[in-house]
Amino acid sequence: MNNIQKVDLTKIKPYGDTLNDGMVQLSFTLPVPYGDEAKEAARILARQMGFDEPNVVHASDLGVGYTHFIVYGKCQHTVDFTRIEVPKVEVASMAMEEVEEYIKRNIKREITIVGACTGTDAHTVGIDAIMNMKGYAGHYGLERYKGIDAINMGSQVLNEELVARAIEENADAILVSQVVTQKNVHIPNLTQLVELLEAEGIRDKIVLCCGGPRITHELAKELGYDAGFGTGSYADDVATFVVTEIVNRKLV
Amino acid sequence: MNSKLNLNPKTIHSARKAASNIAEDVQGFIDRHTTVTVERAIARLLGIDGVDEIDRPLPNIVVDNIKEGSGLREGIVYWLGNAMIHTGDTPQVIAEKVSRGELDLTKLPLANENEIKEKVNEIAGQTVNKIKENRNKREDYIETLGEGRQPYLYVIVATGNIYEDVVQAQAAARQGADIIAVIRTTAQSLLDYVPYGATTEGFGGTYATQENFKIMRKALDEVGEEVGRYIRLCNYCSGLCMPEIAAMGALERLDVMLNDALYGILFRDINMQRTLVDQYFSRVINGFAGVIINTGEDNYLTTADAVEEAHTVLASQFMNEQFAKKAGIPEEQMGLGHAFEMAPEIENGFLLELAQAQMAREIFPKAPLKYMPPTKFMTGNIFKGHLQNAMFNLVSVWTNQGLQLLGMLTEAIHTPHLQDRALAIENAKYIFNNARDIGDEVTFKEGGLIQTRAQEVLKNSEELLSEIEKEGLFSTIEKGKFASIKRARTGGKGLEGVVQKGEKYYNPFIEMMLGGER
Repeated sequence: MNNIQKVDLTKIKPYGDTLNDGMVQLSFTLPVPYGDEAKEAARILARQMGFDEPNVVHASDLGVGYTHFIVYGKCQHTVDFTRIEVPKVEVASMAMEEVEEYIKRNIKREITIVGACTGTDAHTVGIDAIMNMKGYAGHYGLERYKGIDAINMGSQVLNEELVARAIEENADAILVSQVVTQKNVHIPNLTQLVELLEAEGIRDKIVLCCGGPRITHELAKELGYDAGFGTGSYADDVATFVVTEIVNRKLV
Repeated sequence: MNSKLNLNPKTIHSARKAASNIAEDVQGFIDRHTTVTVERAIARLLGIDGVDEIDRPLPNIVVDNIKEGSGLREGIVYWLGNAMIHTGDTPQVIAEKVSRGELDLTKLPLANENEIKEKVNEIAGQTVNKIKENRNKREDYIETLGEGRQPYLYVIVATGNIYEDVVQAQAAARQGADIIAVIRTTAQSLLDYVPYGATTEGFGGTYATQENFKIMRKALDEVGEEVGRYIRLCNYCSGLCMPEIAAMGALERLDVMLNDALYGILFRDINMQRTLVDQYFSRVINGFAGVIINTGEDNYLTTADAVEEAHTVLASQFMNEQFAKKAGIPEEQMGLGHAFEMAPEIENGFLLELAQAQMAREIFPKAPLKYMPPTKFMTGNIFKGHLQNAMFNLVSVWTNQGLQLLGMLTEAIHTPHLQDRALAIENAKYIFNNARDIGDEVTFKEGGLIQTRAQEVLKNSEELLSEIEKEGLFSTIEKGKFASIKRARTGGKGLEGVVQKGEKYYNPFIEMMLGGER
């Protein structure tokens, strides 16, 4: 007996325990006191979000006349997976040793990469993960790479300081990290850096990358960067992009 | 207390001795210097507050006026006291006159030094009494309302809007939180002034202002009465205005303050000379005000590796203990920091965390240790994150930590949502209650992994401290021994605000707060 449904990639929807059941878990708070009315409000809201048979499985009083809900519902919508296109950094990442070898063979000099967590952002985890010797999750950071002079300026660096340092060091690449941002302050901050580099006339001489949990390659390109790295990117991904970009753009 | 870890008391003693010598060495430097923010803090404690028409704080205006007149070496007390005798005005009225350009403090005729001291001592005494009253009020509240059991449940609010913060803080208190920290807007640590008034805009946090302190204090007192538990208020006495924030906190009865020069040096690139001088006066104030300080060792581990660099955390705790002692802070107010930051993939990582936490507990038996949640290895997988926080909570109740900064399942995604905080509190309450006396029941295997690890970390820490003792703290930091970050003695922000004290320098608060009865 083979009655298992095949996945129709032109019409995919969430999978709970049966294909196309559309099951989604939601968690949210409504600014109303805990009670039957609150649960009903959550149910109605879930229905308006496009969920069939919304089921409020848990509700708790948050103590200020607000209620937290956990809701399950069946999603009515589908997505055509066959028509999806996502722009990506189109380089297969090399390992550290391969990058080092690549620099030796194709660039033939030490390259300088300046990195910083800019603006009001005080969270260095991202830039540290990419740059610090130790690296992250088994991927060594750029400081350990032979042939790369990696300068990590730390957090809350002004775009002006970053540009000044890049000029001073004659940097080949700039890495900007934006981890915690509120009210989208990272967007104008990232844009301003591009403008500064253009004003200094060095934008086309530098490989410019940004990274962080809210950064996608697509967003980075839109803002005028050469590449954007989201979560799950490591030093080798960034290094590969930088060294190949230097060669491709003849910045050797 | 019997050591469950079989730690060698001689090694502990030797580490502590080295730390004490390190602090002593730096204290010599501290005693010879003052800074612009130390002087502004004194201005605040003498009653100067408010801003001019372009929002410049009056304490800054007064201290700048003295600096421009090349009088900073003598300190604000000298010039302000002199102006009080000359004009008969209060410090506030004098500050207003200076701001309008009607008075130039270093250009007035000079009165007798003793008269100046007497004049200022009178007002200083009133402020000190006010702070003492605040301290009594806290003690009264704790006596009548009661307080949560340690580990205190410590949560942060960070909306940017103090009124929105109030809503979230009160909600957290009703859910069971014992300490509410109002996270500062991220750029504030680098401002060389303290903003004024109630604020409703901030990035990643809310400005620390005296008015915001007052608003939140009132809100927490109200909700404390309602839930029958004193709710502590925490803020950030770090950055370029450490002593000013301490002064404001003492006046508005804050209970907990992040307060660590090493943290500022390493993570905010604040000049080491500046911030060590600032730290001293801020700790004198915090100590007197009954504030629990929180030190920032946990932050090392967000940068350096928690397994390899564990001994630097302990070494820093030893030094922070000695610096705090010098500033008159009793052990019961030393919230020495550490964090649950080992990579989740490490085999037996939980045992190593347990060893570290138990070790800190045994070495600093009276300190309300501040334990920070996992952040570095939080991924956006909120389900796993909730579990990581549960492991963290278990270590904490097991080893009797003092202040438990609750981990948020949405760490690394956004500043906490209302329900994130509620879930974090639920998580901690469940585990603390369910495993309450596990520490009394379970001992560790002789020579086992946990004992061995703790002994090794202690030994490495003692070695590092004796190295620093030989080398001096300043050059150790220059070499990057902490958190793998190098900072230059003359680098970083704020050095221009440091001056050597002149002969007539006088700060009545040091004596009043360190000396007399608490």
